[in-house]
Amino acid sequence: MGRTDGVFRPGEPASGSGEAAALRIEGLRKSFGAHEVLRGVDLAVASHEVICLIGASGSGKSTLLRCVNLLERIDAGTIWLDGQPITSPGVDQNLVRRHIGIVFQSFNLFPHMTVERNVTLAPMKVLGLSRSEAVSQAAELLDRFGLGEKRADYPDRLSGGQQQRVAIVRALAMRPRLMLLDEVTSALDPELVADVLDLIRELAEGGMTMLIATHEMGFARDIASRVCFLADGQIAEQAPPAQLFSQPSDERTRRFLRRITDAGRL
Amino acid sequence: MEVQGLPDLSARRSRLLGPGDRRGLILSTASTVVVLVALLAIFLLAPGSAQVRHTFFNPADMWQSFVGNPKAGYYSVGAALWLNIRMFVAAEILILIAALVVAIIRLSTGPVLLPLRVVATVYVDVARGVPLILVIFAIGFGVPALQLKGISAQSAAVYGVAALVFSYSAYVSEVYRAGINSVHRSQVAAARSLGLSQWASMRYVILPQAVRTIIPPLLNDFISLQKDTALVGLLGAIEANKAAEIYSDTVFNYSSYTVAAILFLLLTIPLARFTDHLIARDRARRLAGAEQ
Repeated sequence: MGRTDGVFRPGEPASGSGEAAALRIEGLRKSFGAHEVLRGVDLAVASHEVICLIGASGSGKSTLLRCVNLLERIDAGTIWLDGQPITSPGVDQNLVRRHIGIVFQSFNLFPHMTVERNVTLAPMKVLGLSRSEAVSQAAELLDRFGLGEKRADYPDRLSGGQQQRVAIVRALAMRPRLMLLDEVTSALDPELVADVLDLIRELAEGGMTMLIATHEMGFARDIASRVCFLADGQIAEQAPPAQLFSQPSDERTRRFLRRITDAGRL
Repeated sequence: MEVQGLPDLSARRSRLLGPGDRRGLILSTASTVVVLVALLAIFLLAPGSAQVRHTFFNPADMWQSFVGNPKAGYYSVGAALWLNIRMFVAAEILILIAALVVAIIRLSTGPVLLPLRVVATVYVDVARGVPLILVIFAIGFGVPALQLKGISAQSAAVYGVAALVFSYSAYVSEVYRAGINSVHRSQVAAARSLGLSQWASMRYVILPQAVRTIIPPLLNDFISLQKDTALVGLLGAIEANKAAEIYSDTVFNYSSYTVAAILFLLLTIPLARFTDHLIARDRARRLAGAEQ
C-alpha cells in the first residue's frame, strides 16, 4: 500500500512493492450529482508508456485525467504515483501536482503574462528556481519546440497551435514524472493540429510517460503503447493499438470504431 | 500619383463629437452653443438671478474664502482641502487592503473558515446598510466616549478615516469579489495543476486578471469616497466643506461652497482621466504584444 504518513516522495518506490507502476488506479469512482461518470476504473501505466484513452464524448476521459491530477475529488478508489497513494487524506496535493503535468483542451494559458512568464512562473514559485535558471530553462524548451521567437509575446498574439505548444512547454518546465493530455487538439483548426501532435510524438520518443485523452484515432494508433476504450464509466477494453483497432473484442468498442470509420476519421 | 477621395482612416475621432465629417462638426457645435446659451439665458433672466449670483458666485467672496483669513475668523478652503486629500489617500490604501481580505474570506471554501465567513458576510451587510453619516457619528463620538487609552484621543480626521474605511471596505470587497469571480475557473485549474498553492494562484494568476476588470468600478467608488471625506467635517475636522461652512457663517455668503465644489471637481476629474489612461495602456500593451 505504500506509505501512509501523508508525505509524498516521488521517485522513491514504496518499500516492498517491487517494481511499482508509474501510475496505478484502482476502483476509481466519480459522480457529478446523481450522474456517475466513472464507475470503477482500473488502470496501470508503466514508466515510459504512452496510453491513449478513447471513447465517446462524455465517457469520462477528461474526468479521469482531472482525477489523476487531483483537480476533482474522487468518491472511491485509490490512485498511486510511483507506488505511493496520492488520494489518501493528508497527502499534500500541491506536492503531487508538481510531478504530474496536465494540458487542457482550451490551453488555459495565463493571458496577462508573456509566454516566458507563463513558462517560468511555476518553476520559480513552486520549485524555487532563480529567475535566471527558470528563464534559461524556458528559453531552451521554447527553442526546442520552435517557439523561441514568441518568448515576449502575450498569448492572445499566438495561434491556437502555438498557444497549445506553449501550454505543453509550461507543463514540461516542471519536469513532470507523468503528463496528462486532455484532448489537446480538439480546439484547434485542422491545419494547426500537426505541429502539436509532432511535439507530443517527440515527447513520447524521449520516454515521457503519458496518459492521453484523444479523438485523433490515427495519432493514437501511431503513438500509443496501449489504447484504452472507455465506455459506461469503465475501461471496456485495452490493448496495443494494432490489436484494438483491427480486432476489437468488446461489442461497444466495435460499434464506436465503426462510427468513427463511417465518419472518415480512421 | 496620389489617390484621391479616400477618407483619412487613421484620424482619431472624438467619441464625444461623434462622426467627424465637416457637416457633423458644424451641427454638433451649433447645437452645443444653442443649449449653453439657452441655459445661461434662463439663469440670467430668472427673477432671483442677481441675488443667486451675489450669494453663490461672488468673485470677491470666492477669492476670500479660497485664501482664508484667520484674523477675520475663517479658514482657507484651499488649504483645508489638503486634509481631504490626506484623508482619502489614507482611506483608499486601507480600504484596498481591508476589502481584499474581506473578499478572500468570503470566497474561501474550507469548513474551518466558516465562522470567519459568517463574520465577513454580516459585516458587509451591516456596513452597506447603515448610512455613512451614522457610521461617522458612531465612531467619531462613540470611540472617544469609551476613554480607551491611546485609541480614544485621536483627531476627528482619524475617526473620520476609520468610519470611511469601515463603510467603503464593504462596497469595495463586493467589487473585488465580482472581479475574482469573473476570472474563469479554468485559470484556477491551470494554476493549481502546476502545483501553485491556493494563495500563489490567487496572487499571481487570479488577482492580476481580476484587478484589470475592476479598475473602473473601483475608481467609481473612490470618486465617491473623495466627496464623502466632506462628511468628516461633521466631527469638527476643518476640511474643505467645513472651512466653507465657517466662511459662510462668518460672512453670510455662500460663495465659499462654490469654491469647495470646484476644488472637489478638480480632484475627481484627473482621477477619472488617469483610470481611462490605465485601461487604454493595458489594452494597447496586450494587443500589440510586448516590446520588452
